[in-house]
Amino acid sequence: MKKERKVDAIKNGTVIDHIPAGKAFKVIEILKIKNTDMISLGMNLPSSKHGSKDILKVENWELSHNEVNKITLVAPGATLSIIREFEISEKYNVKLPPEVSGLIGCPNKKCITNEVESISRFYVESDDGKKMRCHYCERLYPAESLNIG
Amino acid sequence: MKNVISIRDLSREEILHLLDQGEKIEKGELKPDHSETVMSIVFFESSTRTRFSFETAMKRMNGKVITMSGTKGTSVDKGESLGDTLKTVANYSDIMVVRSGLEGTQRYASEIIPIPVINAGDGSNQHPTQCLLDLYSIRKTQGKLDNLSIAVVGDLRYGRAVHSLVYGLSHFSPKLHLISPDFLKIPEYIKTDLEDKNIEIHEGSDLSEVINKVDIMYVTRIQKERFSDLDAYERVKNCYVVSKSMFGDVKSNFKLLHPLPRVDEISTDVDDTKYAYYFQQAKNGVYIRQAIISELLGGSK
Repeated sequence: MKKERKVDAIKNGTVIDHIPAGKAFKVIEILKIKNTDMISLGMNLPSSKHGSKDILKVENWELSHNEVNKITLVAPGATLSIIREFEISEKYNVKLPPEVSGLIGCPNKKCITNEVESISRFYVESDDGKKMRCHYCERLYPAESLNIG
Repeated sequence: MKNVISIRDLSREEILHLLDQGEKIEKGELKPDHSETVMSIVFFESSTRTRFSFETAMKRMNGKVITMSGTKGTSVDKGESLGDTLKTVANYSDIMVVRSGLEGTQRYASEIIPIPVINAGDGSNQHPTQCLLDLYSIRKTQGKLDNLSIAVVGDLRYGRAVHSLVYGLSHFSPKLHLISPDFLKIPEYIKTDLEDKNIEIHEGSDLSEVINKVDIMYVTRIQKERFSDLDAYERVKNCYVVSKSMFGDVKSNFKLLHPLPRVDEISTDVDDTKYAYYFQQAKNGVYIRQAIISELLGGSK
């Protein structure tokens, strides 16, 4: 029997699956998806791996690895699939990029980034996100303690 | 080398090169001349020693100096943004020295102005020129930098001189004794960085336990201005006082360093002993700052 889809298949575009339940809106925010873009969204769907998950399908837009890798900060373990003519042409697990600009608020109140708007840059010093270093105040933070988006 | 923002940016070779240049300047083997050059000193926080030291360094090389010390009566007081102040002063000078309470100000400055930037202290983060003069002083008194046993005492939490020093020393395989009250221990992220570089660290709170074992004791002031809770300051302000009576069994090469200003943490009876080195240390700052300025202006000739 054919498995029932909770979210419709797309012809061309990008599917981001295995987003932790409840984080899909944050992912939309990080990817700067506009309200004119055609997207399908499923939230709190059953997941064999994690109990529940969110899924996001963006029509007619092939997101680059670099664009999507930023979401690792809120959705580690998510997968990215590029869809062409209803077929998966490429699939991979998101991973943190070497640095993240303009997305993270530094928790250090004395950091210059909290005085001067629109500057923010963090270096990813460990793949698990435990060591994220502010380019300006040089402090290390684990990704989960950072203000993302 | 375009800027000196953080000691973390400098390699062992770059550090040693600057120390060597400083040594040549002290010995008179190198006489840099920057007579056509204007250095701006932009200090959003007050300073005595560092400012005078930079001014003297530049004037010894026949350069000119313009200074903003504190923001009272300046455009900053009128509400000008930090970026605008830096960009404007950069138009009047060839090299800029910046001190600020905001951490990362100099990194930001280096990204928005076209002239070399020297960090003269940013909040509790870094004070790289202090670190270089400290390393210079350690090498001068010990004849080497590698494999020394060094105690760092006092405010390890907020002290930017301490933060820069331990990163600077991390190139030279030190054994570090970090002595502070619990409340003022070195930040976890710095400890993590040191551990990642396999530096031997011993944390403690009793300086009498280590004073006879170490080559260098680097004492720092408990900095009242960094405390938001003054009661907490009162509780720890006199926790360490180094006095002459403690030197009975110290190593013969032992030297006592302090970035100054001191308050009560070193008694004045220590000043005349052979172990006190803090005033010479401050003097060394001029040679090393001459070397840094010259390097950033295109290499010491």
